[in-house]
Amino acid sequence: MQHEIPHAPTPAEAQDLQVRELDALCVNESALKHPWWYNLKYSAWGVLFGIVFVKAEIISWFRIQEMFRFESFHMYGVIGTAVMVGMLSVFLIRRTKARTIYGEEIHIPTKEFNRGQLFGGLMFGLGWAITGACPGPLFAQVGAGFGAVIVTFLSAWAGTYVYGVIREKLPH
Amino acid sequence: MLETLKHPWPWYVAGALIGLTVPYLLLVGNKTFGISSSLRHLCAACMPGKVPFFHYDWKKEVWNLFFVGGIALGAFIGATLLADPNPVVLAEPTKAYLAEKGITDTSRMLPSELFSWSTLFSLKGLVFFVLGGFLVGFGTRYAGGCTSGHAIMGLSSLQWPSLVATVMFMVGGILMTWFILPHLLTL
Repeated sequence: MQHEIPHAPTPAEAQDLQVRELDALCVNESALKHPWWYNLKYSAWGVLFGIVFVKAEIISWFRIQEMFRFESFHMYGVIGTAVMVGMLSVFLIRRTKARTIYGEEIHIPTKEFNRGQLFGGLMFGLGWAITGACPGPLFAQVGAGFGAVIVTFLSAWAGTYVYGVIREKLPH
Repeated sequence: MLETLKHPWPWYVAGALIGLTVPYLLLVGNKTFGISSSLRHLCAACMPGKVPFFHYDWKKEVWNLFFVGGIALGAFIGATLLADPNPVVLAEPTKAYLAEKGITDTSRMLPSELFSWSTLFSLKGLVFFVLGGFLVGFGTRYAGGCTSGHAIMGLSSLQWPSLVATVMFMVGGILMTWFILPHLLTL
Protein backbone atom coordinates (compact mmCIF):
# COMPACT_ATOMS: atom_id res chain seq x y z
CA MET A 1 0.00 0.00 0.00
CA GLN A 2 1.49 3.33 -1.05
CA HIS A 3 0.81 6.43 0.99
CA GLU A 4 1.48 10.10 0.50
CA ILE A 5 4.77 11.29 1.96
CA PRO A 6 3.77 13.66 4.79
CA HIS A 7 4.28 17.37 4.32
CA ALA A 8 6.97 19.20 6.26
CA PRO A 9 5.63 20.22 9.69
CA THR A 10 4.35 23.77 10.02
CA PRO A 11 5.88 25.87 12.84
CA ALA A 12 2.74 25.35 14.94
CA GLU A 13 2.93 21.58 14.47
CA ALA A 14 6.62 21.53 15.25
CA GLN A 15 6.01 23.40 18.48
CA ASP A 16 3.19 21.08 19.44
CA LEU A 17 5.48 18.11 18.91
CA GLN A 18 8.12 19.74 21.07
CA VAL A 19 5.66 20.17 23.95
CA ARG A 20 4.53 16.56 23.68
CA GLU A 21 8.12 15.32 23.62
CA LEU A 22 8.81 16.95 26.99
CA ASP A 23 9.40 14.27 29.58
CA ALA A 24 8.05 11.52 27.38
CA LEU A 25 9.44 8.73 25.32
CA CYS A 26 6.06 8.20 23.93
CA VAL A 27 4.97 10.58 21.20
CA ASN A 28 3.10 9.96 18.04
CA GLU A 29 4.08 11.89 15.00
CA SER A 30 2.49 9.77 12.35
CA ALA A 31 1.31 12.17 9.66
CA LEU A 32 -1.50 9.83 8.67
CA LYS A 33 -5.01 10.86 9.56
CA HIS A 34 -7.16 7.86 10.26
CA PRO A 35 -10.70 7.47 11.51
CA TRP A 36 -10.93 6.83 15.26
CA TRP A 37 -11.60 3.12 14.96
CA TYR A 38 -8.10 2.56 13.60
CA ASN A 39 -7.11 2.98 17.23
CA LEU A 40 -8.85 -0.27 18.09
CA LYS A 41 -5.73 -2.14 17.02
CA TYR A 42 -4.06 -0.61 20.07
CA SER A 43 -7.00 -1.63 22.25
CA ALA A 44 -6.72 -5.16 20.90
CA TRP A 45 -3.08 -5.43 21.94
CA GLY A 46 -3.99 -3.75 25.22
CA VAL A 47 -6.49 -6.54 25.90
CA LEU A 48 -3.81 -9.17 25.38
CA PHE A 49 -1.47 -7.12 27.54
CA GLY A 50 -4.04 -6.85 30.33
CA ILE A 51 -4.60 -10.61 30.28
CA VAL A 52 -0.85 -11.19 30.53
CA PHE A 53 -0.61 -8.76 33.45
CA VAL A 54 -3.23 -10.69 35.38
CA LYS A 55 -2.24 -14.21 34.40
CA ALA A 56 1.48 -13.72 35.11
CA GLU A 57 0.50 -11.97 38.37
CA ILE A 58 2.40 -8.84 37.40
CA ILE A 59 -0.41 -6.81 38.96
CA SER A 60 0.13 -8.56 42.27
CA TRP A 61 1.46 -6.48 45.15
CA PHE A 62 2.99 -9.69 46.50
CA ARG A 63 5.08 -10.27 43.38
CA ILE A 64 6.50 -6.75 43.58
CA GLN A 65 7.37 -7.31 47.25
CA GLU A 66 9.15 -10.54 46.31
CA MET A 67 11.07 -8.70 43.61
CA PHE A 68 12.29 -5.89 45.83
CA ARG A 69 13.12 -8.36 48.60
CA PHE A 70 15.12 -10.46 46.10
CA GLU A 71 13.15 -13.52 47.10
CA SER A 72 11.79 -14.54 43.74
CA PHE A 73 13.06 -14.56 40.17
CA HIS A 74 9.63 -14.15 38.60
CA MET A 75 9.53 -10.38 37.96
CA TYR A 76 13.19 -10.24 36.96
CA GLY A 77 12.43 -13.00 34.45
CA VAL A 78 9.43 -11.10 33.07
CA ILE A 79 11.21 -7.75 32.70
CA GLY A 80 14.47 -9.32 31.53
CA THR A 81 12.75 -11.38 28.82
CA ALA A 82 10.69 -8.35 27.74
CA VAL A 83 13.83 -6.25 27.37
CA MET A 84 15.63 -8.99 25.42
CA VAL A 85 12.71 -9.47 23.03
CA GLY A 86 12.26 -5.71 22.67
CA MET A 87 15.96 -5.16 22.04
CA LEU A 88 16.12 -7.86 19.39
CA SER A 89 13.01 -6.42 17.72
CA VAL A 90 14.37 -2.88 17.62
CA PHE A 91 17.68 -4.21 16.29
CA LEU A 92 15.90 -6.10 13.50
CA ILE A 93 13.64 -3.15 12.66
CA ARG A 94 16.67 -0.85 12.41
CA ARG A 95 18.74 -3.38 10.49
CA THR A 96 16.04 -4.16 7.92
CA LYS A 97 14.83 -0.54 7.81
CA ALA A 98 11.35 -1.99 8.26
CA ARG A 99 8.42 0.33 7.67
CA THR A 100 5.03 0.44 9.32
CA ILE A 101 2.11 -1.40 7.77
CA TYR A 102 1.16 1.95 6.19
CA GLY A 103 4.59 2.39 4.64
CA GLU A 104 5.88 5.07 7.00
CA GLU A 105 9.49 5.16 8.07
CA ILE A 106 9.85 3.99 11.68
CA HIS A 107 11.08 6.65 14.06
CA ILE A 108 12.17 6.14 17.68
CA PRO A 109 12.67 9.44 19.53
CA THR A 110 15.95 9.87 21.39
CA LYS A 111 15.74 10.39 25.12
CA GLU A 112 17.80 13.26 26.50
CA PHE A 113 19.26 12.89 29.95
CA ASN A 114 18.03 15.26 32.63
CA ARG A 115 18.07 15.13 36.41
CA GLY A 116 14.37 14.29 36.39
CA GLN A 117 15.37 10.72 35.61
CA LEU A 118 17.23 10.64 38.92
CA PHE A 119 14.75 12.40 41.20
CA GLY A 120 11.60 11.31 39.43
CA GLY A 121 12.90 7.78 39.03
CA LEU A 122 13.56 7.57 42.75
CA MET A 123 10.08 8.90 43.57
CA PHE A 124 8.42 6.44 41.24
CA GLY A 125 10.44 3.59 42.75
CA LEU A 126 9.25 4.53 46.24
CA GLY A 127 5.65 4.64 45.02
CA TRP A 128 5.98 1.39 43.08
CA ALA A 129 6.96 -0.52 46.21
CA ILE A 130 4.03 0.97 48.16
CA THR A 131 1.26 0.41 45.61
CA GLY A 132 2.75 -2.67 43.99
CA ALA A 133 1.82 -1.11 40.67
CA CYS A 134 3.48 0.84 37.95
CA PRO A 135 1.05 2.73 35.71
CA GLY A 136 0.19 -0.25 33.45
CA PRO A 137 -0.75 -2.61 36.29
CA LEU A 138 -2.68 0.25 37.88
CA PHE A 139 -5.16 0.18 34.98
CA ALA A 140 -5.12 -3.61 35.15
CA GLN A 141 -5.79 -3.75 38.91
CA VAL A 142 -8.88 -1.60 38.46
CA GLY A 143 -10.00 -3.71 35.50
CA ALA A 144 -9.44 -6.91 37.47
CA GLY A 145 -11.99 -5.74 40.01
CA PHE A 146 -9.95 -4.08 42.73
CA GLY A 147 -12.36 -1.19 42.92
CA ALA A 148 -10.63 0.72 45.69
CA VAL A 149 -7.53 1.04 43.51
CA ILE A 150 -9.47 3.71 41.60
CA VAL A 151 -8.33 5.98 44.42
CA THR A 152 -4.67 5.09 43.69
CA PHE A 153 -5.31 5.79 40.03
CA LEU A 154 -6.92 9.17 40.74
CA SER A 155 -4.03 10.03 43.01
CA ALA A 156 -1.52 9.10 40.29
CA TRP A 157 -3.46 11.28 37.88
CA ALA A 158 -3.29 14.13 40.42
CA GLY A 159 0.45 13.51 40.83
CA THR A 160 0.99 13.94 37.09
CA TYR A 161 -1.11 17.09 37.19
CA VAL A 162 0.84 18.61 40.08
CA TYR A 163 4.08 17.77 38.29
CA GLY A 164 2.83 19.66 35.22
CA VAL A 165 1.96 22.67 37.33
CA ILE A 166 5.29 22.92 39.17
CA ARG A 167 7.67 21.49 36.57
CA GLU A 168 9.28 24.88 35.83
CA LYS A 169 10.38 25.10 39.45
CA LEU A 170 11.89 21.61 39.63
CA PRO A 171 15.53 20.78 38.87
CA HIS A 172 15.84 19.11 35.48
CA MET B 1 -6.44 -25.66 26.76
CA LEU B 2 -8.61 -23.33 28.83
CA GLU B 3 -7.42 -25.13 31.96
CA THR B 4 -3.79 -24.46 31.03
CA LEU B 5 -4.55 -20.78 30.43
CA LYS B 6 -6.15 -20.51 33.86
CA HIS B 7 -2.97 -21.49 35.67
CA PRO B 8 -0.52 -18.66 36.39
CA TRP B 9 1.57 -18.02 33.27
CA PRO B 10 5.34 -18.50 33.44
CA TRP B 11 7.65 -15.50 33.31
CA TYR B 12 9.11 -16.30 29.90
CA VAL B 13 5.67 -16.33 28.23
CA ALA B 14 4.68 -13.04 29.88
CA GLY B 15 8.07 -11.47 29.21
CA ALA B 16 8.05 -12.43 25.54
CA LEU B 17 4.52 -11.10 24.98
CA ILE B 18 5.32 -7.85 26.76
CA GLY B 19 8.52 -7.49 24.76
CA LEU B 20 6.59 -8.02 21.51
CA THR B 21 4.56 -4.92 22.33
CA VAL B 22 7.57 -2.88 21.22
CA PRO B 23 7.63 -4.07 17.59
CA TYR B 24 3.84 -4.35 17.43
CA LEU B 25 3.34 -0.67 18.25
CA LEU B 26 6.17 0.43 15.97
CA LEU B 27 4.98 -1.65 13.04
CA VAL B 28 1.27 -0.94 13.19
CA GLY B 29 1.56 2.78 13.72
CA ASN B 30 5.00 4.15 14.54
CA LYS B 31 4.14 4.35 18.24
CA THR B 32 6.70 4.07 21.00
CA PHE B 33 5.65 1.93 23.92
CA GLY B 34 4.89 3.87 27.08
CA ILE B 35 2.02 3.78 29.54
CA SER B 36 2.52 6.55 32.09
CA SER B 37 2.06 9.19 29.36
CA SER B 38 -1.61 8.24 29.35
CA LEU B 39 -1.97 10.11 32.65
CA ARG B 40 -0.56 13.22 31.04
CA HIS B 41 -2.92 12.88 28.08
CA LEU B 42 -5.81 12.62 30.52
CA CYS B 43 -4.69 15.89 32.10
CA ALA B 44 -4.36 17.52 28.68
CA ALA B 45 -7.78 16.27 27.63
CA CYS B 46 -9.72 16.96 30.82
CA MET B 47 -8.11 19.81 32.70
CA PRO B 48 -5.29 21.57 30.82
CA GLY B 49 -5.97 24.88 32.61
CA LYS B 50 -3.16 27.33 32.01
CA VAL B 51 -0.43 24.71 32.36
CA PRO B 52 1.89 24.78 29.30
CA PHE B 53 2.89 21.14 29.94
CA PHE B 54 -0.69 20.11 29.16
CA HIS B 55 -1.18 22.30 26.12
CA TYR B 56 -0.66 20.14 23.11
CA ASP B 57 -2.78 18.29 20.62
CA TRP B 58 -3.67 15.33 22.84
CA LYS B 59 -5.85 13.86 20.12
CA LYS B 60 -2.64 12.90 18.33
CA GLU B 61 -1.83 10.68 21.33
CA VAL B 62 -5.27 9.22 21.74
CA TRP B 63 -4.03 5.78 20.67
CA ASN B 64 -2.38 5.59 24.11
CA LEU B 65 -5.77 5.92 25.82
CA PHE B 66 -7.21 3.20 23.59
CA PHE B 67 -4.27 1.04 24.63
CA VAL B 68 -4.74 1.52 28.38
CA GLY B 69 -8.49 1.03 27.98
CA GLY B 70 -7.65 -2.32 26.41
CA ILE B 71 -5.40 -3.17 29.35
CA ALA B 72 -8.26 -2.63 31.81
CA LEU B 73 -10.60 -4.75 29.68
CA GLY B 74 -7.99 -7.49 29.28
CA ALA B 75 -7.42 -7.53 33.03
CA PHE B 76 -11.17 -7.95 33.51
CA ILE B 77 -11.14 -10.97 31.18
CA GLY B 78 -8.08 -12.38 32.93
CA ALA B 79 -9.72 -12.03 36.32
CA THR B 80 -13.09 -13.50 35.28
CA LEU B 81 -13.03 -15.93 32.34
CA LEU B 82 -9.45 -17.02 32.99
CA ALA B 83 -9.49 -16.65 36.76
CA ASP B 84 -7.33 -19.00 38.79
CA PRO B 85 -9.23 -19.95 41.95
CA ASN B 86 -6.05 -20.77 43.89
CA PRO B 87 -4.31 -18.28 46.18
CA VAL B 88 -1.11 -16.55 45.05
CA VAL B 89 1.88 -18.82 45.65
CA LEU B 90 4.47 -16.74 47.46
CA ALA B 91 8.15 -17.34 48.10
CA GLU B 92 8.45 -18.73 51.63
CA PRO B 93 10.68 -15.95 53.06
CA THR B 94 8.35 -13.26 51.70
CA LYS B 95 5.37 -15.09 53.13
CA ALA B 96 6.96 -15.40 56.55
CA TYR B 97 8.01 -11.77 56.61
CA LEU B 98 4.58 -10.50 55.59
CA ALA B 99 2.85 -12.76 58.12
CA GLU B 100 5.03 -11.18 60.79
CA LYS B 101 3.66 -7.82 59.62
CA GLY B 102 0.08 -9.07 59.82
CA ILE B 103 -0.41 -9.69 56.10
CA THR B 104 -1.68 -13.19 55.56
CA ASP B 105 -4.48 -12.95 53.02
CA THR B 106 -3.01 -14.24 49.77
CA SER B 107 -6.38 -15.26 48.33
CA ARG B 108 -6.28 -12.37 45.84
CA MET B 109 -3.46 -10.52 44.14
CA LEU B 110 -3.58 -7.57 46.49
CA PRO B 111 -3.67 -8.19 50.24
CA SER B 112 -7.07 -7.27 51.66
CA GLU B 113 -5.30 -6.02 54.81
CA LEU B 114 -3.96 -3.11 52.77
CA PHE B 115 -6.08 -2.60 49.68
CA SER B 116 -9.75 -2.67 50.46
CA TRP B 117 -12.49 -0.11 50.85
CA SER B 118 -12.36 -0.53 54.63
CA THR B 119 -8.70 0.53 54.88
CA LEU B 120 -9.22 3.43 52.50
CA PHE B 121 -10.35 5.85 55.17
CA SER B 122 -7.54 5.19 57.62
CA LEU B 123 -3.96 6.36 57.95
CA LYS B 124 -2.88 3.18 56.19
CA GLY B 125 -5.25 3.93 53.33
CA LEU B 126 -3.89 7.43 53.02
CA VAL B 127 -0.37 6.03 52.63
CA PHE B 128 -1.05 2.99 50.43
CA PHE B 129 -3.59 4.57 48.10
CA VAL B 130 -3.07 8.31 48.11
CA LEU B 131 0.63 8.80 48.83
CA GLY B 132 1.65 5.73 46.81
CA GLY B 133 -0.45 6.73 43.82
CA PHE B 134 0.78 10.30 43.95
CA LEU B 135 4.44 9.19 43.93
CA VAL B 136 3.74 6.95 40.94
CA GLY B 137 2.02 9.70 38.94
CA PHE B 138 4.44 12.47 39.86
CA GLY B 139 7.58 10.37 39.71
CA THR B 140 6.92 8.74 36.35
CA ARG B 141 6.28 12.06 34.66
CA TYR B 142 9.27 13.69 36.33
CA ALA B 143 11.40 10.77 35.17
CA GLY B 144 9.81 10.91 31.73
CA GLY B 145 8.53 7.36 31.71
CA CYS B 146 7.78 4.25 33.74
CA THR B 147 8.69 0.59 33.57
CA SER B 148 7.29 0.38 30.04
CA GLY B 149 8.64 3.65 28.63
CA HIS B 150 12.07 3.49 30.23
CA ALA B 151 12.83 -0.06 31.36
CA ILE B 152 11.36 -1.79 28.31
CA MET B 153 11.14 0.70 25.42
CA GLY B 154 14.12 2.80 26.48
CA LEU B 155 16.46 -0.12 27.18
CA SER B 156 15.29 -1.90 24.01
CA SER B 157 16.36 1.09 21.94
CA LEU B 158 19.65 1.34 23.89
CA GLN B 159 19.10 4.76 25.44
CA TRP B 160 21.34 5.25 28.44
CA PRO B 161 19.12 7.86 30.18
CA SER B 162 16.53 5.08 30.41
CA LEU B 163 19.07 2.86 32.13
CA VAL B 164 19.66 5.63 34.66
CA ALA B 165 15.91 5.91 35.24
CA THR B 166 15.52 2.11 35.57
CA VAL B 167 18.31 1.94 38.13
CA MET B 168 16.64 4.73 40.10
CA PHE B 169 13.28 2.88 40.00
CA MET B 170 15.01 -0.10 41.59
CA VAL B 171 16.86 2.03 44.14
CA GLY B 172 13.59 3.71 45.17
CA GLY B 173 11.76 0.39 45.39
CA ILE B 174 14.52 -1.24 47.43
CA LEU B 175 14.78 1.70 49.84
CA MET B 176 11.03 1.69 50.34
CA THR B 177 10.77 -2.08 50.75
CA TRP B 178 13.65 -2.52 53.16
CA PHE B 179 13.67 0.67 55.20
CA ILE B 180 10.32 2.45 55.07
CA LEU B 181 7.65 -0.14 54.30
CA PRO B 182 8.33 -2.20 57.46
CA HIS B 183 7.10 0.83 59.42
CA LEU B 184 4.22 1.63 57.10
CA LEU B 185 2.89 -1.93 57.24
CA THR B 186 2.32 -1.66 60.96
CA LEU B 187 0.63 1.75 60.92
